[in-house]
Amino acid sequence: MKAIVERAGFLTSVQDLGRTGFRQFGVSASGALDPFALRVANLLVGNNAAAAALEITLGGLRLHFEDERIVACCGGEFDVRVGPKSLPTGHAAWVHAGEEVKFGRPQIGCRCWLAIAGGIDVAVVLRSCSTDLRAQFGGFEGRTLRDGDVLPLGTRPGSSPLATGISTWTAPHDWASPAKRVPVLRFIPGVDWNRFNARSLRRLTSEAFAVSPDSDRMGVRLDGPKLERVDNVDLISEAVAPGTIQVPPSGKPILLLGDCQTIGGYPKIGHVITVDLGVAAQLRAGEHARFSEVSLADAHRLLLEREREFQRFRVGIDLQNS
Amino acid sequence: MFRFAQHDKITPMEIVPLGDSALIVRVRDQFEDAPEETLDEVLRTFQRIRNAAIPGVIELAPAYTSVSVFFDPITVTKAIEAPDKLFDWVVKRIRAAVAGGVDPGWTARSPSRTIEIPVCYDSEFAPDLDHVAEHAKISPIDVVDLHRTGEYRAACIGFVPGFPFLSGLARKLATPRRDVPRKEIPPGSVGIGGAQTGIYPLRSPGGWNLIGRTPLKLFDPTTDPPALLRAGDHVRFRAITREEFEALKQSKGHPDPAAAGTGPHTQSSGSAGEPV
Repeated sequence: MKAIVERAGFLTSVQDLGRTGFRQFGVSASGALDPFALRVANLLVGNNAAAAALEITLGGLRLHFEDERIVACCGGEFDVRVGPKSLPTGHAAWVHAGEEVKFGRPQIGCRCWLAIAGGIDVAVVLRSCSTDLRAQFGGFEGRTLRDGDVLPLGTRPGSSPLATGISTWTAPHDWASPAKRVPVLRFIPGVDWNRFNARSLRRLTSEAFAVSPDSDRMGVRLDGPKLERVDNVDLISEAVAPGTIQVPPSGKPILLLGDCQTIGGYPKIGHVITVDLGVAAQLRAGEHARFSEVSLADAHRLLLEREREFQRFRVGIDLQNS
Repeated sequence: MFRFAQHDKITPMEIVPLGDSALIVRVRDQFEDAPEETLDEVLRTFQRIRNAAIPGVIELAPAYTSVSVFFDPITVTKAIEAPDKLFDWVVKRIRAAVAGGVDPGWTARSPSRTIEIPVCYDSEFAPDLDHVAEHAKISPIDVVDLHRTGEYRAACIGFVPGFPFLSGLARKLATPRRDVPRKEIPPGSVGIGGAQTGIYPLRSPGGWNLIGRTPLKLFDPTTDPPALLRAGDHVRFRAITREEFEALKQSKGHPDPAAAGTGPHTQSSGSAGEPV
């Protein structure tokens, strides 16, 4: 069965948990910029947590469903309507055959992930359904959605209709809506930390950085105090990853996201921790973000704690669906 | 095998975190002083870590002087007793793998393939040939001769999928990148950027000086592996005419080494087919 893209919106693409195994060939991770939000949304509709879903940027999407489906979205707080009903983030909704799901503008954040029961049935390319927008492959024809596209959907799981249309049960608020009015990104210092002068390092954690309009899925460009080096050694290119904060000669940091290149030659001042990538994915132009330093052990502890809670949540959802 | 004896003592391997789910194994701290040895050592490190199949390690990627290791902290935790020592545990396993690994099937000095890439240097494909010639203070023909007779090695694949950064460019041909990058470069374009030469696999922006074009596809996501070249590959260029360019472009995008004559010539001095 299918869903018809009546309006594609500002920037909508098919993404899953991203592409691994091809970095040695220069292939980016791609994938949902907040993989955790995608996993939660998928659980809410009874999917495998890794199923392909839609990443919606700044709204505007209108999707017409041919058959009945359960949907859910997590991420930024958007005005989402399922037929006449309003769908809050982190809840599941029953969409009747012929009904429309509409995304208005985000109130907080800028991206959300819409999971559809059965997933989106696009071909697996290099072991992932994610769209690589830079290299133009994977996902739906290697591109963002356009008005009139027909999205193939997978076979839906045999879940029962929701009596009220919108589920009463929900995902924890922090998971469903990681966007923050005052975003703080926790980071661990990078290998090039000591290449920066003490004043710059102090300012990195004490001042706010403005999100620049030329930010995209590759990275968030930040404007704020200039981060100055104590050396001018040309570095040998080596791996970078989503979360890496690199500082080009301009002194204005770039926080890399899922579509970033696999290698880079700029100094790495730090890395936003995995549990905060969801906050990073919501930064929109004009907003201000702050950085707060944590240890590597803390980054791991926070990640493992969240995963334990996620597994408990999965058990709860399974009971709900059984 | 003097590599081990000399260089390991000078620059011991360094392992640094790349966020909470990856790390970088720095094999050397210099590249330019000994590119061949450095790449051999990086590839051997890559291979040994891969062979160790460390629980939780998802993927590895070599680049110039280092190998990046991506891991899933959640899977790693299941394999260890103290989760607060997660990073140390991965580091320990990597050090053990690199120190004690064996390199099956590696008898030759270099574990790499040699791949020949046909390039048409016609002016239509070489908008910056004159500029490179001026910069080198030699004739455009000499630029082409120097470029096509060079022996290169892929130091890293990146920037865009399948893009090979090739070391071994004649010193004379080193030309700074263009001040203003081009917004769109046709796929297959062969360029010079600083002391390196490379090939643009996809239509993309770029600042390198373009001196030719290959009809081969350097990246094809429908094949696995998706890229023609891997880090460590030896690369040679073969000058072709405009007619050959068209014929090759029609006959094949992604080369099949088994088909003699048209594809790149592939030799594996290591174990068959899987050099890295």
